[in-house]
Amino acid sequence: MMSRILMKGNEAFAEAAIRAGVKCYFGYPITPQNEIPEYMSHELPKAGGSFIQAESELAAINMAFGAAASGGRVFISTSSPGIALMQEGIGFIASCEVPVVILNVSRGGPGVGGIQPGQADYFQVTRGGYNGDVRIPVFAPSSIQECADLIYECFDIAEEYRNPVVILADGMLGQMMEPVDLPEARGITPVEKINEKKPWAITGTDNHPGRNVVYSLRLDPQVLENHVHDMFERYAKAEKELVRWSDQGLPDAEIVFVAFGTMSRLCVEAIEILEERGIKAGLIRPISLWPYPEAAFDKIGKNCKVVLSTELSMGQMLVDVKAAAKGRWPVGLINRTGGMVPSSIEIADRAEKALKEAEK
Amino acid sequence: MKKKLFFAGAGGQGALAIGQMIAKAAMDEGKEVTWLPSYGPEMRGGTANCTVVVSDRPISCPLINEADMLVVMNLPSLTKFQSMVVPGGTIFINSSLVPISSNRTDVKVVEVPANEIANKLGNDRASNIVMLSAILKETGIVEVETIRHELEKMFSGRKAKFLPANLEALKSYLD
Repeated sequence: MMSRILMKGNEAFAEAAIRAGVKCYFGYPITPQNEIPEYMSHELPKAGGSFIQAESELAAINMAFGAAASGGRVFISTSSPGIALMQEGIGFIASCEVPVVILNVSRGGPGVGGIQPGQADYFQVTRGGYNGDVRIPVFAPSSIQECADLIYECFDIAEEYRNPVVILADGMLGQMMEPVDLPEARGITPVEKINEKKPWAITGTDNHPGRNVVYSLRLDPQVLENHVHDMFERYAKAEKELVRWSDQGLPDAEIVFVAFGTMSRLCVEAIEILEERGIKAGLIRPISLWPYPEAAFDKIGKNCKVVLSTELSMGQMLVDVKAAAKGRWPVGLINRTGGMVPSSIEIADRAEKALKEAEK
Repeated sequence: MKKKLFFAGAGGQGALAIGQMIAKAAMDEGKEVTWLPSYGPEMRGGTANCTVVVSDRPISCPLINEADMLVVMNLPSLTKFQSMVVPGGTIFINSSLVPISSNRTDVKVVEVPANEIANKLGNDRASNIVMLSAILKETGIVEVETIRHELEKMFSGRKAKFLPANLEALKSYLD
């Protein structure tokens, strides 16, 4: 017990990334994730890594591209409009099969929007604004412990799949504090050992014969199609192996909430409120947003009258919830947006109303 | 046991800090805790608040609909947040800066002249620790020793010169 420390989500992301062996962090300030570059600026150099405050998000993502192409473990964080600025880079990194872990501590949009918590980047991170056939694994933690555990693991996932991986948090998770048990420090891979793990990395020609080239341009359409098929072999594997969720109360639930991140925690309390009113409710909490945990919906029992996508957006995950429901239940939406967060009572009230509508 | 606490004041008065100290101390005593600050274009002199939940069991929701205990360091905080306290709950008021009492008759009100006491101890900025002292005496939510330990960690190195005044402030309502 005493080994636990009280940390903000942003600090836990930063410290767990350092412990995962991050060599390079690039950032540009934006609320509500500013504790991360601040933490990285004084802690990463102590661990033997490099911190650079870039001159813009565009610069940051392209620095990340270069550092990761040469084999370093690279972490980059920003918030919603920052991800929008990084889209081109993310697409290039994916096309070049380079692993980078990207954290979005999201806020209310659209545009520069506000700085309070939001989940309206769901389409942005699961569908992306980059061009071409790209998939990005996306994970959404809901506690500070999970922030630390997920980011620690995401570096391995990014390297195994040779693809960017995104973590979608929100301002509330970034700012709040909870006890956390930090994972052990793994240390930074020395430059001379990089090619053992990453034979593709551009580390200079001293270590091996020939030279590595990391590139995106493939003018021959057959070569490009083959390349995309290679990427999609890995994406098919990801769809089998990276699906994650947690659930509660599904076999008996009349109402099933589907919510990720901060909203899932409000739903847990709404479930308790509904229980006091004699209504059984359950929860599916997607942890992987891509690949989406469609299999979770098969655990929903016969009592279910309505499935409610509960999110801080105008209904983005709703699209995936409807696809996963496959017409088996009516699907509704409980939402606030723009940085507004509903109370657990508001969620319970709206769910009860949706249940009555569904029973008509 | 599950307690929902809310701390509010002007930025710089240390409301968030004492909330965090209670959260840390409760964690060190083996409890589950969450600490959730308001954040935004906050500045010294603006408003700031935080929510702390302390429980024996895992805490689902860090946001609260009602508070068992409210701590207000300035007048706007009292006006804005007194309605969120449950009947039978407690409101701690920094009476040095809040000229009125609560309009609630169904809660316990504890008036703490935090700035006056801190001034007498020679450090106005320890007013939040005076308030913390009153909270510990009234609620016993965490052990005084755990908080003392927190203070010693917090005021070490370059900040060690502030430790004596803060330890004195912690004693103001205790022993």
